[in-house]
Amino acid sequence: MSEITVPSPPARRTAPAPTRGSVSAAARAFGLAALLLLPLAGDEYWIKSVALPTLIFGLAALGLNLVVGVAGQISMGQAAFMAVGAFIGAIAYGRYGLPLPFAILAAGFASAAIGIVIGLPSRSIRGLYLMVSTLAAQFIVLWLLQRVPWFGAASHGILSIPKLALGPVAFNTPHARYLLTLAVVVPLTLFAANLVRSRIGRAWIGIREREIAAEVLGVPAFRYKLMAFAAAGFYAGVAGALVTFAWTGAATVEEFRLELSVKLLGMIIIGGLGSVLGSYLGAAFIVLVPIAISIALHAAAGLLGWSAVNAGTLANAEHLVFGLLIIAFLIAEPKGLAPLLLRGLDAVRNIIRPSFRRAGAGPQGEKE
Amino acid sequence: MIPQDMARWHMARRRAAPTRGPISAFLLALSAAALLTSALPARAQDSDKEIHHPMLVTRTGPYATGATGVSSGQQDYFALVNAQGGIGGAKIRWSECEFGYETPRALECYERFRGQWKVVYPNSTPAVVALSERLAADKVAGINPGGNRADATDGKTFPYLYPVVANFWAQASSTIRYIAQQEGGEDKLKGKKIAFLHIDNAYGRGAIPVLEALSKRFGFEWKSFPLPLPGLEQSAAWVDIARRYRADWVIQWNYGQSCSVPFTEIQKVGFPVERFIGTLWCGSEEDISAAGDLAKNYVSASYQGVGTGFPVIQEILGKVYGAGNGALPRERVGTVAYNRGVFTGIVIVEAFRNAVRDHGLPLTGEKVLDGLNKVQLTKARLKELGAEGLVPEILLSADYHGGVDPQVFQRWDGKTWTTISGWIPPYEDVVWEQIKRSAEAYRAEVASKK
Repeated sequence: MSEITVPSPPARRTAPAPTRGSVSAAARAFGLAALLLLPLAGDEYWIKSVALPTLIFGLAALGLNLVVGVAGQISMGQAAFMAVGAFIGAIAYGRYGLPLPFAILAAGFASAAIGIVIGLPSRSIRGLYLMVSTLAAQFIVLWLLQRVPWFGAASHGILSIPKLALGPVAFNTPHARYLLTLAVVVPLTLFAANLVRSRIGRAWIGIREREIAAEVLGVPAFRYKLMAFAAAGFYAGVAGALVTFAWTGAATVEEFRLELSVKLLGMIIIGGLGSVLGSYLGAAFIVLVPIAISIALHAAAGLLGWSAVNAGTLANAEHLVFGLLIIAFLIAEPKGLAPLLLRGLDAVRNIIRPSFRRAGAGPQGEKE
Repeated sequence: MIPQDMARWHMARRRAAPTRGPISAFLLALSAAALLTSALPARAQDSDKEIHHPMLVTRTGPYATGATGVSSGQQDYFALVNAQGGIGGAKIRWSECEFGYETPRALECYERFRGQWKVVYPNSTPAVVALSERLAADKVAGINPGGNRADATDGKTFPYLYPVVANFWAQASSTIRYIAQQEGGEDKLKGKKIAFLHIDNAYGRGAIPVLEALSKRFGFEWKSFPLPLPGLEQSAAWVDIARRYRADWVIQWNYGQSCSVPFTEIQKVGFPVERFIGTLWCGSEEDISAAGDLAKNYVSASYQGVGTGFPVIQEILGKVYGAGNGALPRERVGTVAYNRGVFTGIVIVEAFRNAVRDHGLPLTGEKVLDGLNKVQLTKARLKELGAEGLVPEILLSADYHGGVDPQVFQRWDGKTWTTISGWIPPYEDVVWEQIKRSAEAYRAEVASKK
């Protein structure tokens, strides 16, 4: 997961530093184990309020990162793709009785199809202009969801789903929902990490860096851009379906307003453009830090005595602190939280195994 | 550790030091946040001496102007109940969880205070809908007066959701009854043209089936004028309404800012303001004050009375504000949003009282759910509470969660609202038909296909 920002050149891949490989493999195994063991250790609050939103919004941010961070196309319609996924997932599972995995896949593919349509203007427009056309998509998609009765949202803006089950297994506890989310998120994340390092990912990076040069080198830019939009749509659609299935239990139009698209963009900018890890770090930052600030401020106010603090002032202070934190982090590391964390890990590694620093100096220097 | 390794370890530490500044700060901050998050949801149980009532509030963001009035109105009423000795000797202690009208934050708030909720009122339809699965799992009631799901009137289908007052089908039908009264009778509606100006989303279209049914019954014409969100561009619609369609009445179902846009357009096309009626969501000071004098004589619906002329509001002013404990500046007492809060406070406290009477302290969400199902705000009870005219008769049960209720109508004089009608009932048969149809559709949605 660590080096996907800039894929290492072939020469480097033939002779990787042996220690680095084993360390990161261990780190990955540790991460996976931690994810799996969390339900046993933490209580429901951690699963429902911390882990689930981070994973689900992280997945949507990861999709957006593929199109924005890797392929360099600006998209502001990611929340609309999520909405499509939420509704198609609910319709496929509830109305047509598709088994859960297929319903989630259907949500992903429906969103991917919408993504391709939304990506069509990228043939001839770029930059801010493309952003505006994806912004229009955000409004059109939400409008259609509420306007076309087939989506089931015409009268209340809500589509509910039957009890969640896959064969004999019922997903009615937070733990089961968490494992369901994990079973979807982990493979998709690994797939994205590999995708970025594949031929497709290199083509995307080429388009991001200099589109004309990429075309001269034989990369059909338009086709690859559509693929990026499709991938973004697929990930958002699956994330939207997970919102319905694992998090809230109903698909609603209101949850996927423009604000969410902007937040998703914020997540990948704070987390690290083009970084798989950064997508999740950014999601965690945007989703969790305001909560932590709120709890911390309330604790502080509780210590001072409630009568001393106006509730409205406290609520506004949350936004102030959150804004300051964003600025502070972006000044500390403009490339986002992912490089910041990786630097931190390197420092830790140096403490544990000083010899590693010499062995891993090459790839590290290259990353800066 | 052998000395050699120690030395190497120290050297490495020194070498790594320069890069560790911001990182360790970041990790520290993260772990501090994590610690706080884990330490704070202290699952304090209610004691016999107090009723802990967590509240979802919106004090920041675009929805805060009205929402603060609603939250503070409830809190002032709780303070009044406390000043009068509480409920069964227990005082109500409320704690706020700010969610800023954002659904994910509302879900987090719910989890933070899980097990302590008595009744959940986020004053946000998306939030209450997203919470409904959790409410059902924990057997806690979620109320959303006047909002979605409107079909939650059917308590058999929706055991944990409560519209409490006029749902939007009832709102639409009592608005038509009010227009009929202004025209001088239902028979006079024949041949009249009613323009329905609305935001083009599920909420905005909510009244359409009712208008359809009633236009067949009374023979009036009606036409929908949908506005794309956020509904701020209305000039084309108004030219259409006033010049081409030549409406006799216009009903608006807008929201927030789009509520005050019509008044400049009305001036331009020369439509009489007094024939322009708003939904209750376009009927608070915050919705209209931007239009000021232009909106003079505009009439809107409301599910509760406005002003300070009710004994209960006077008591709040005396006992709560008199003691310097008011939650808002005194001028906001008696506004639409504030009175809506007092209204909700009264319903919640009645549910608490019933729960304490039947199940005793300490209260739980399940006890309050049962208490809510026994709320009987009869005329006599409302008189006792000093809330006659502020609150309509509300008689809830496990099967009927409120919703087929009357509304009052109020007029804007450029600065304040004044109630100008009594409680105007809806056409109940039309409303029930919609509730049944919609609840049935919901049951089909959640029925397993396997």
